[in-house]
Amino acid sequence: MRLIADLFLVIGAAFTLFGAIGLIRMPDVYNRIQAGTKAVTLGSLCLLIGIALLYPAWWSKLLVIGVLILITNPLGSSTIARALLKAGVKPWSKATVSHTGEADR
Amino acid sequence: MMTKSIQQPEPGFVHGLFLFLLVFALWMLLVGNLDTTEMAAGVVVALIVTLASRPHLSILTGLIISPTALLPLLRYLGTFTVALVQANLDMARRVLSPSLPLQPAVVEVETNLKSPLGRLILANSITLTPGTLTVDVQDQVLLVHWVDCPPGSDLASTTQAITSKFEQHLKGFVL
Amino acid sequence: MTLTLLEIVALGLLGAAVLLSLLRLILGPTAPDRVVAADTLAVITTSGLVILAALLGSPLYLDVALIYGTLAFVGVVAIARTIEGNG
Repeated sequence: MRLIADLFLVIGAAFTLFGAIGLIRMPDVYNRIQAGTKAVTLGSLCLLIGIALLYPAWWSKLLVIGVLILITNPLGSSTIARALLKAGVKPWSKATVSHTGEADR
Repeated sequence: MMTKSIQQPEPGFVHGLFLFLLVFALWMLLVGNLDTTEMAAGVVVALIVTLASRPHLSILTGLIISPTALLPLLRYLGTFTVALVQANLDMARRVLSPSLPLQPAVVEVETNLKSPLGRLILANSITLTPGTLTVDVQDQVLLVHWVDCPPGSDLASTTQAITSKFEQHLKGFVL
Repeated sequence: MTLTLLEIVALGLLGAAVLLSLLRLILGPTAPDRVVAADTLAVITTSGLVILAALLGSPLYLDVALIYGTLAFVGVVAIARTIEGNG
């Protein structure tokens, strides 16, 4: 049981780390939001599952926290993206030759 | 916030009851035991919350509350879980590969869902699925930022690729 | 509780994730980049609080995590609205 829980914890932490790496490596804000939201959401859920396996008595509150993250995280990201678009921040694209990924980092 | 709704039906008693049960279930999850006193307090709190949120109950009118809605809901949750895991593996692959394979573009997709709640769930699902991020919802059209947009996409092909797998299940339990 | 090797690895990975997000928060270069980094950090902190509850064996921190997550979401929406208003 402990081993399965630990595996979930490691996988969750790894996905969270991938999200953070994406936050650093991605060329523009929109792509950073994508990397940040997705990886961190699944990462957090895996961490919560791991903790739930370690402490089965806490399942109800962990479930509430999981659902909260699952609903609010994509919603918050969409809100930021929408605000950016309305504020006139242009998405980066390969078609614009003037800057490559390097220049934006 | 997301959409201007078109012709909302009046929220009925069933929607109130649904919200009441939802709040009560949340209360019981937070309390974490089945004491009679806690349950009594939960009933009172859920009743107050339900009555206080009557003016905003119309968000729930998109929901189809019937036993037949259960199967599509479960199918949707299954599809969603698979898509979430795929999205993360896909994102991990992109982030870790040295060349950073990206072809981002903002595309439009179309939805047949009428209710704000349905569009909200669809928009959230899109954000958590491989390579896509909902940017804005304007009535029938969702603006989506797509990390890997194939060249020469049009409205029909993007709708097919992004929304259809969710919408076929979603329309079973929301309008 | 005593930690297994895997748990220590998990904590290390999570710590690295926090550091990288902090780096993006400091580097910027624009305000929206910082907002996105702060949003990500908030979610990592929420699950971090849950892990803290497990480490200390005290379910009290679960409530803290719940409230922190809710407030972080409200904060992100508020900041997004501000950006939108200025545009």
